[in-house]
Amino acid sequence: MKHTISVLVENRFGAFNRVATMFSGKGFNIHSISIGETENPEISRMTIVSEGEDQIIEQIVKQLNRLIDTIKVVDLTGQSRVERELALITVFYQKGTRAEITNICEIFRGKVVDINNKTLTLEITGPPNKIDAVVNVLETYGIKEMARSGTVALKRGEQLKSEKNLVTQ
Amino acid sequence: MRTSKQLMSGAEIFFECLKREKVEYIFGFPGGAVLKLYEKLYDVDFLQHILVRHEQGAAHMAEGYAKATGKVGVVLVTSGPGATNTVTGIADAYMDSVPIVVFSGQVATHLIGNDAFQEADIVGITRPITKHNFLVRDVKELATIIKKAFFIASTGRPGPVLVDLPKDVINSVCEFDYPEKIELRGYKPTFLGHQNQIKKAAEVLKKSKRPLLYVGGGVIMSGGHRELRLLVKENNLPITMTLQGLGAYPMTEPESLGMLGMHGTYWANQAVNNCDVLISLGARFDDRVTGKVESFANNAYKIHVDIDPTCIDKNVIVDLPIVGDVKHVLAELAAEMNEPLDLTDWWKQINAWKDECPLTYEKEDGKLRTQFVLEKIYEKTKGEAVIVSDVGQHQMWVAQYYKFNHPRSHLTSGGLGTMGFSLPAAIGASFGVKDKPIISISGDGGFQMNIQELVTAVYNKLPIKFIIINNSFLGMVRQWQELFHKEKYSFTDLSESNPDFKKVGEAFGLKAFSTDSPNNVDEILDEAFSINDGPVLVEFKVVKEEMVFPIIPSGATVNEIMIKRLDPKEMV
Repeated sequence: MKHTISVLVENRFGAFNRVATMFSGKGFNIHSISIGETENPEISRMTIVSEGEDQIIEQIVKQLNRLIDTIKVVDLTGQSRVERELALITVFYQKGTRAEITNICEIFRGKVVDINNKTLTLEITGPPNKIDAVVNVLETYGIKEMARSGTVALKRGEQLKSEKNLVTQ
Repeated sequence: MRTSKQLMSGAEIFFECLKREKVEYIFGFPGGAVLKLYEKLYDVDFLQHILVRHEQGAAHMAEGYAKATGKVGVVLVTSGPGATNTVTGIADAYMDSVPIVVFSGQVATHLIGNDAFQEADIVGITRPITKHNFLVRDVKELATIIKKAFFIASTGRPGPVLVDLPKDVINSVCEFDYPEKIELRGYKPTFLGHQNQIKKAAEVLKKSKRPLLYVGGGVIMSGGHRELRLLVKENNLPITMTLQGLGAYPMTEPESLGMLGMHGTYWANQAVNNCDVLISLGARFDDRVTGKVESFANNAYKIHVDIDPTCIDKNVIVDLPIVGDVKHVLAELAAEMNEPLDLTDWWKQINAWKDECPLTYEKEDGKLRTQFVLEKIYEKTKGEAVIVSDVGQHQMWVAQYYKFNHPRSHLTSGGLGTMGFSLPAAIGASFGVKDKPIISISGDGGFQMNIQELVTAVYNKLPIKFIIINNSFLGMVRQWQELFHKEKYSFTDLSESNPDFKKVGEAFGLKAFSTDSPNNVDEILDEAFSINDGPVLVEFKVVKEEMVFPIIPSGATVNEIMIKRLDPKEMV
């Protein structure tokens, strides 16, 4: 089963590398990993999507917690959450298919962000399974290249407390 | 003492911090990137720098010092090869949770990444084998980082920390302010065990008919041996120890079943296999202990006490985890137990196993065997010594035949299994412990792996007894080749290539002895033990083909235990 794990780490030299090294050293798999600053510039949020038995996921969470630069680890799986991924997809078009592709793009509420005489580049955001669906449809036209951001996620409803409070808890 | 807020160079700050951390010894080797530190060191009088001959030696010395004393061992090396040479020692300290801090020189910050002379990304290299590591990028961070390094290394589950010191950082100047307290929001080890979990553990233990304590190095690190003794004595509990746990409970006491696992005693392994409650205390269910995980203590309700949550449910799923400091949990658990358990039948069974397969070896053929030497060393020291073993057959025999009665009296490389550990680690221990003899025991293979450090022992006049168990083979590998690899003794026979160890010792300036007869052992040991103004070397030439028994083959169950070498006549 896929798990989405949200990790707050010190925004510091090597913190990302420590997490990546831990995953490879322990033989845990990573589906996607994304990292960026939070509202507090001293802290980064990593969103890791991984897959494994419950025991493995439990070990992943513990091992993440064990890293000194890790401030907080939350397994968002099973919790109400907002999950988004961004994909840039460059698709080949021909005379008749350009409208079809822009139409598909609209259905998925994407944007056309670039065009030339052979290809269209679409920007799609949404939960990862929506991106999968878009990719699935566009494959018939021929995808030239694609870049996916990896999942970012936040707990829904009750807002995550500010990091200052987290620390003093 | 200097007042704070004074302008100081990085090098001055470095030593001022070590002074505040009460560092007594640095094990190190100078080089280009740390010249400024060595320049300052020249005038430092509050600590002693021990010059090693290879940086791996420095790391193991720091480990030996730390394991023997419980204090943090400190290493100082230069950049590039100086730093990479410490890697094995750091990995060893990581596996065995030894608190050491390694300071490595680094090229100046503007040269990092340029393939500068003697540059290596040691922070990247050691990331998976340190508890944490730091690259100091600004002299203003230096004091705080050193404070953090010592704090991280010595608290929670201890471990190695590396601090990389670029040359320009050491040369720069800033105001010195040593923080009294530091805040690490990502690092807060759980110290107190969960009350209800401890109560529950006591309830389970009270109802148990066949309980067993499985004790690891964590008990020694936490200083919980007194609490352990109380719990064991008041409840008459059988206890078995891991390699790192030896010494946590006196092996001369009847409750001790000795070591468990691959080369553990028959009765300890049978007890594990048949117990109904297994309480693991500061141990990590290592594969050398469990053998086939699915069958390990599968009749038992398992309770696991450890300060490191990642240890719990990692190899073996347990029924009741307690995260916390073992010493503390032991005290609470002992307090919860109100009346002694009636374990008469269980003890009867354990003693029957003991009689069934005692530890034994051939004594009648007049040949010299390691087991005999170790029994003699025990006889001379009565457990009042620090024994530093290396890795291999002799290490297992030490665990079986020497009766450890004190914590921190048995130092060995358990997790990583680093040959060449004993010689330098004994040197480190010798600096830390002055009131007990330090005895290094190595095989002929491992002894040659850090042999250069004999100089360090001689130069510092350390009264270490270097015992070489010479069977002219890489004995443990040979044993596996005999048992599991069709008797192909591939590159394990050293008989034609070994040096004359007595002469080697003498060339280094040691008083050296050698014998191949059991009749001389007493006399030689007496003489060796009477020399206390410097190290001695004693070579025991033992029989070549002796094997360590019992052995549970890798990944097998207790039922597959091998007690002795099969007689060809018995083999069909």
